[in-house]
Amino acid sequence: MSFSSLKKLALLPVIAVCSLAVISSTALAQWAPKKPVEFIIMAGTGGGADQMARLMQSIIQKNEFSKQPFIPINKPGGSGAEALRYLKDKSGDDHIVMITLNSFYTTPLQNPDLGVDISTFTPIGRMALDTFLLWVHSDSDIKSLEDYVGAVKVKGKDWKMGGTGQGQEDSLLTGMLQNKFGFEVTYVPFPGGGTVAKNLIGKHIDSTVNNPSEQLGFFEAGQSRPLVAFTPDRLPQFPDVPTSAEVGHGDLVYFMQRSINAPPGVSAEAQAYYIDLFKKVFDSKEWQEFCASDGIFCDEWLAGDDLAAYHQTEKAKHTDLLKGMGLIK
Amino acid sequence: MEILDALLQGFATALSPQNLMLMMLGCIIGLFVGAMPGLGSVNGVAILLPVTFLVPPTGAIIFLAAVYYGAMYGGAISSIMLGIPGASTAVATVFDGRPLALQGKADWALVAAAVGSFVGGTVSVILFTLFAPPLADFALKFGPQEEFALMMLAFATFIGLGGDDIPKTIFSIAVGLVLAAVGLDEISGQPRMIFFDLPGFYHGINFLVLAIGIYGIGEILWTLETSQGDVKVSQASFAAKRIVDAFKKLKASIVTIISSSFLGYFVGILPAAGATPASLMAYGVAKTMSKDPNTFGKGNMSGVAAPETANNAASTGSMLPMITLGIPGSPTTAILLGGMIIWGLRPGPLLFVNQPEFVWGLIGSLYMANFFTVIINIAFIPLFVSVLKLPFTILAPIIFVLCIVGGYAPTQDLHDVWLIVIFGVVFYLLRKLNYPVAPAVLAIVLGPLTERALRQSLVAEQGDITTFIERPLSATILVLAVLLIVLPAIKMARQKNNRTSVADGKQP
Amino acid sequence: MTTRSAELLMAVLMGLLSVFLMWKSAELEIGWIPDRGPGGGAWPFWLSAVMLACCIITIFRWWRKATPESRSSVEFMDKNTRRINYITVGSLVALLGLTHIIGIYFSIFLFLLFYLRFVGRHSWLLTGTLSVASPVFLFFFFEAMLKILLPKGYSEPLFYPLYQIIY
Repeated sequence: MSFSSLKKLALLPVIAVCSLAVISSTALAQWAPKKPVEFIIMAGTGGGADQMARLMQSIIQKNEFSKQPFIPINKPGGSGAEALRYLKDKSGDDHIVMITLNSFYTTPLQNPDLGVDISTFTPIGRMALDTFLLWVHSDSDIKSLEDYVGAVKVKGKDWKMGGTGQGQEDSLLTGMLQNKFGFEVTYVPFPGGGTVAKNLIGKHIDSTVNNPSEQLGFFEAGQSRPLVAFTPDRLPQFPDVPTSAEVGHGDLVYFMQRSINAPPGVSAEAQAYYIDLFKKVFDSKEWQEFCASDGIFCDEWLAGDDLAAYHQTEKAKHTDLLKGMGLIK
Repeated sequence: MEILDALLQGFATALSPQNLMLMMLGCIIGLFVGAMPGLGSVNGVAILLPVTFLVPPTGAIIFLAAVYYGAMYGGAISSIMLGIPGASTAVATVFDGRPLALQGKADWALVAAAVGSFVGGTVSVILFTLFAPPLADFALKFGPQEEFALMMLAFATFIGLGGDDIPKTIFSIAVGLVLAAVGLDEISGQPRMIFFDLPGFYHGINFLVLAIGIYGIGEILWTLETSQGDVKVSQASFAAKRIVDAFKKLKASIVTIISSSFLGYFVGILPAAGATPASLMAYGVAKTMSKDPNTFGKGNMSGVAAPETANNAASTGSMLPMITLGIPGSPTTAILLGGMIIWGLRPGPLLFVNQPEFVWGLIGSLYMANFFTVIINIAFIPLFVSVLKLPFTILAPIIFVLCIVGGYAPTQDLHDVWLIVIFGVVFYLLRKLNYPVAPAVLAIVLGPLTERALRQSLVAEQGDITTFIERPLSATILVLAVLLIVLPAIKMARQKNNRTSVADGKQP
Repeated sequence: MTTRSAELLMAVLMGLLSVFLMWKSAELEIGWIPDRGPGGGAWPFWLSAVMLACCIITIFRWWRKATPESRSSVEFMDKNTRRINYITVGSLVALLGLTHIIGIYFSIFLFLLFYLRFVGRHSWLLTGTLSVASPVFLFFFFEAMLKILLPKGYSEPLFYPLYQIIY
C-alpha cells in the first residue's frame, strides 16, 4: 500500500469524523464531488494530453484543491471518438471531466455518425495553447521558410513530411502549408509526436511540424533546426526563430488548445466548482512553470461561456481546414 | 570512468536506509499489482506517479523503479501460477511455466524466472553502462522498414510454435492479426471494423482481452473438464531443498539465459519494439537452438528462463530510447517519460551530459530494485505455491473474479469483459478441436506493430515495395528471418528422418 | 455430437465468420492505392481471406478424413463436461449482466456465493467468508490503493460515505 494510503489508514477515524462535520456544514453552501472524478484523456498514455492530465492530477493532489481524487482514464479510441461518445452517453454526470486535443473539433466533423455535438458539452476552462514549429534536420541546407518551399517544390511527392495521424493537428497544418504554397508532399503518419521527432533525427523523413516539447531535446543537442513558428509572437525557447507573420505569412497560425470540458447537462453548481478548481490549477506555480519550459502559451484563461464561444470559432476554422483538404464535404 | 563513478554513486544512493525502505515497499506493491491478471507495471507506475511528487526526485525514481521491477516479476508469477499472462511481456512465460506448475514444479519455474531475470538485468546494466551512446545512434537508424523487418524476425522465431495441423495454425495467426486490426486505421485515420456500431470497438481489441479470455476463462473451462470439478490442480509441495534442486537443474539453461540477455537488451533498445517482442523472440530462439525442442511447451525450465531473462534485459534496454530519444518503448515507460517531463527533465541526447545523476541514479536503482525483487520473490515462493494447494472449486471462481476485474481495469469498459468471456468460450472450443491458441495471442501482440510499420514504409516510399531490401539494415534482418524459418525446417526434416528410421511408427 | 461433426460445424462457422470479417473490412479501401500502398481495409480483408482459405482446407481435410478429429466418433463433450460448462458460463454471464445493474461488488458476492456453495459444495462458513471478503478486498485494492474505479451500477450512492473516508 502506498504511503499516503498508509498514512490515511492511521488517520481514518479522525478523517471520518472531520468529513462528516464538513459534509453537514457545507453541503448546502457549495457543491463538491461526492466520489472520485473521472479525468478522461482523449488520447493514449505518454502523449501531451496525458502528461498534462497527470500533472494536473498531481497539482490537485499536492495542493489539496479537492478532497476527492481526479483519476486519469485514457480513452484514445478512434482519435477521441470513444472519449466523446463516452461523455455524450454520460450526459448529466457531475463527476466526469475531459482534457481535449483539437480532435475535439475534427473527430465529430469527420464522423457525423457519432452523433456528438460539442456545443452541448459543458465548457470548464482553457488551460493552454500548444504551439507548432516547422522542423528540418540540422544537416539540411534549408535555413528559412523560403529555402524550404523551394526545396519541397523541387522534390514534390518525394518530400516526406512526418506527423501524427491523418486528420489530426500535424496533418491539418501540413494541409495549410500545401494550400498556401501550392506544393504536394507525401505525408507519413506515426503514432505519436515523439516518434515523429525521432524519425526526423534518424533521417527517415524530411520535415515535421512538431511541438516544441517534442523536439527540444534534439534541438538542444544541435540535431534539428526550427525554420518558423506558427505563432503570433516569438517563443521564449527559440528567440531566433521568426514567426510566420515576420516572414510574410501571417495567416499561418495554428494552435492546439488544451481545455477542460464536462459532459452535456452538468449542473451549474458543478460547473462553477470545476471552473474554480481548474482556475487554481492554471494559476499554480507548477502549471505555469511547466508551460514556460515546454513552449506552451498559458497566458490567457478562458472559462465557461468565453470558452464555448472560442470552441465555436475553432470549430468553424477546422471545418474550413478539413474541407480544404477534402477530408469532409 | 566518470560513468562508473556516476553508476557507483547511483548504487550508493539506492542503498541509503530510507531508499532501501522505499525499494522494499515498491517491490512488494509491484509484485502484487503485477500478479493480478490485467494489471501490470503500467498501473503501478501510473498510480504512484503523483505520490512521487511528494518525495524528492531520487527517492521517487527508486520507488518507481522498484514498482516497475516488482510488477515485471508479478507478471511472471501470474503466468506461472494462474496460467494467465498478467502483461504482454509475460505471454511466453505461460508456455512452459504453466505446464511446470501443473506438474507440481511451480517453485522450479519461479526460480528459473527469478534467476533469469536477475542475470538479464545484470547483463543489460553492464551493456547499458558500456555502450549507451553508440547504441542510441544505432536506434536512430531504425526506421519503419527496419521495424517491419524486425517483426518478420519475431514471427520467424515462432514458426515452430504452432501445432502439427498447419491450416489450423495459420488460421489462428490470421485470427489474431485480424482482431488486432479492429479500431482505428492509423494511416488513413478512419475508424475500422466497428462491429454493430458498439463504441467499445473504437479502442480496438487489446491483447489482454484475448489473453485473459484464452488463458483465464478458456484454460479454467479446460481444467474443469479434465479434472471433472473437484480434484486439486497439482500436488504442489515446498521444501528448501527443492529450491536448491531447482538451481542445480537450471545449470542446463545457462547458455539460454546468457544469450537471451543479449537478445533482450538489443531488441529492447529499438524504439518501437520493447520487452514484448524481445521475450517472444528469446523463447523462439531458445526452442530453435535447443537440443530437444520437443520438451518446450511441456515444462522446460529454459522455456521459462528465456522469456523472463529477455524481458528484464529489454526493460533496462528500453530505458535507452526513452532517455535519449524521448520515445517510450512501452506504456510504462510512457508514464515514466511523462514523469520525467513533469520533474523538469528533458529527454534527449543531452540528458546523459546534463543530468548524469538522474540517468545513472535511474540505472543504479533499476539494478538494485532487480536484485531486491529476486530476493523478495524467492522468499514469497512458499506463499505462492500454497495458493495452488487450494481445491479447484475455490481457485476457479476466484480466478474468474480476477479475470473479470482485471479485464475491466485497463480500459474501464465492461464491453471488454464481455469480449473476454466470448473469446474464452470460443477459443476453448477451438482448442478442443486441436486449433493451437498461442499463435493468436502472439499475432494480436505483434499485429499492430507489423501493419503500421509495413504501411508507413510503403506510404513513405510511395508504394515501392523494394524499399525493404534496398536498405541494408532491413535487408540484413530479413535475411536473418528467412534463415530462422529455413533452419528449423531442415532440422525438423532431418529429425523426422532419424526418428522414422530409428523408432518406426512410435507416436510421441 | 461426435467430434467429427463438431470439426465440420466449427470449420463452417469460422468460415462464415471469416466472410463476415471480409465484408466488414471492405468498408475501407481493400486494394492497392497507387503511391500509398495497401488501403485501410486491405490488412484485415486479406487476412480474413486467409482465415476463410484455412477453413475451406480444413473442411476438405475433414472430407478426406485427414485430421485425427475428423476420424473420431467420440462424443465431442460428455454429459458431465456439458453440465459444468453450462453452469460456469451461465454464472459468468449472470455475473456480468448483474454488474451493469447492481455493480461489480454485489455481483461478485452473489457469484461466489452460488459457485462455492452450489458447485463446489463448500461449507456455509467458508462460502460466506470468501464471498464477503473478496469484494471487500477488491474494493480496497482497486479503489483505495490503485485508484481504479470499478463499475457500481445503481449501488453507487452506497459508496459515497466510503469515499469520504478513504480519500
